[in-house]
Amino acid sequence: MELPEIGDVTLLSLQVSLLATLLSLLVGLPTGTWLALSGFRGRSFFLGMINTGMALPPVVVGLAVAMLLWRSGPLGNLDLIYTPWAIVIAQTVIAAPVVTGLTAAALQQLNPRLRLQLLGLGASRLQMVLALWQEARLPLLAALMAGFGSVISEVGASMMVGGNIRGQTRVLTTAIVLETGKGEFNRAILLGVLLLTITFLINLALTWIQQQGARR
Amino acid sequence: MSSLFEIHDLLVLRDGHPVLEVDLLEVSKGQVLAVVGPNGAGKSTLLLVLARLLKPARGQLRFAGLPLDALSDLAYRRRIGLVLQEPLLFNRSVFDNVAAGLRFRRIPSDQVTKRVLVWLGRLGITHLAKRPASKLSGGEMQRVSLARAFVLQPELLLLDEPFTGLDNPTRLALLDDLGGILQETGITTLFITHDLSEVTRFAHQVAVLLDGRLQQCGTPGELLASPCNEAVAAFLHAGA
Repeated sequence: MELPEIGDVTLLSLQVSLLATLLSLLVGLPTGTWLALSGFRGRSFFLGMINTGMALPPVVVGLAVAMLLWRSGPLGNLDLIYTPWAIVIAQTVIAAPVVTGLTAAALQQLNPRLRLQLLGLGASRLQMVLALWQEARLPLLAALMAGFGSVISEVGASMMVGGNIRGQTRVLTTAIVLETGKGEFNRAILLGVLLLTITFLINLALTWIQQQGARR
Repeated sequence: MSSLFEIHDLLVLRDGHPVLEVDLLEVSKGQVLAVVGPNGAGKSTLLLVLARLLKPARGQLRFAGLPLDALSDLAYRRRIGLVLQEPLLFNRSVFDNVAAGLRFRRIPSDQVTKRVLVWLGRLGITHLAKRPASKLSGGEMQRVSLARAFVLQPELLLLDEPFTGLDNPTRLALLDDLGGILQETGITTLFITHDLSEVTRFAHQVAVLLDGRLQQCGTPGELLASPCNEAVAAFLHAGA
C-alpha cells in the first residue's frame, strides 16, 4: 500500500465514521431524551433493548445490513451494497444504541425536579429539553465519544457490507486486516498507529470541549 | 378584594387514591397566603397543581377571573413564578441563572441585563453575578432562586418551603428580605411551609392542610383564636 492510498483510506475512514456518528446522534439524542423523560408502560423493556443494542456484535449488524442491501434483498434496488454508504448505514446501526442508551442515562441522572423548575420558569417543552441537554452536556459528550469510538474501531460490519474494495470501500480497519493476512506486519502496524492517532486526536478535542464545560 | 386564584372542589389522585381535597380556596390579589401542614399533608401537591405541573382528577380552577383552561400551560406558567424547596440552579453563572426565565420569554438582552442586575442588587448578590452556581452556599443559592423568580415580575408567586435546610441566621435574614420584597412589590404569593413562625411574619391568610384535606383558612389571628377542630388546634399549638 503506497502513501497516497493510505491517505485515501484514512480520509474515507474519517468521512464514514464521522457521518455515521452524526447520524447516530440525530437518531440517538432525541430517542434517548424521549426514553429518559417519558413514563410510558414498557419503557424499562425498551431501555433494556437499547442497552442490549449497545453490545451488538458488528458482524451481526453487518449480516443484517448485508441482507437488507443485497441485490435480491428488500433494499437491493438502491444499489448500496459494497459502497461507502453501506458502511455508513451499518456503523450508524452500531453507534445509535450507544448514543441512545448513554443519552437516556445522562438525562436520568439529573434531578427529576429540574424539569418542573424549568417548566415553572416558563420554558417551552423544546426549551426545557435544550436546557436539560446543556445540564447533561458532560455525559452527552461522553456518549458522542463512545459512539464514535464504537464505529471508528469496528471491522466486521465494514468488511461485510463494504467488501474492502481498493479505492472504493477500503477503510483503515479493513486495510489492517488485509495487510495482516498478507503477512505485511509493518504496514499493518503503521495503519494501526494511524488509526489510534486519529482516534486519540478526535477524542482529545472532544475531551477538551467537555472539560471546558466542566470548569464553567 | 378580588381573587387572583380560586380553587373549587379540587381532588387530586395518586395511584387511584385521593391525596388532596380542597372544597374552596381563594388567593386575593396582593395577598400572601401561607399553606401550612405537616410533611405529607399535600402542600407540595397543591403547589404543583397551582403551577399546572400536576393535573387534578377534578376541580374548577380560575385565574384572574378566567377558567384556567382558557390559558395554555405555557401562557399560564409565564405569568407565575415558582421557587422549589431545593434551589435547583443550573450549572451556569449566577447571572445566567437569574436570566434564564427572561431568556425563555425571549426578552431583549439589554432588558435582561437591566432586570437581572436590579434583582441581584435587591437580594444582595450582585458581587456573585459571575460566580458559577455550583460554588455558592445554601443561602446564596436560595437568594439566586428567589431572584430568578422575582425578575419575571410574576402575577402569582409560588414558594415551596424555600428556606428548609438553611441554618437559622441565614433563614431569618432571607425571611426578612422576602418579607420586605413582598410588601414592596405586592406580588400575590402562595407560601408553603411547615414552620408556623415563618407564617406569622408576613402571611395575610393561612390555610391548614392535614391528611390531604384543607381544614381551615383564615387570618393567623383567627386560626390561633378559633381552630375549626382538634386536629387543627393540635397542629397550630405544636408549631406555636
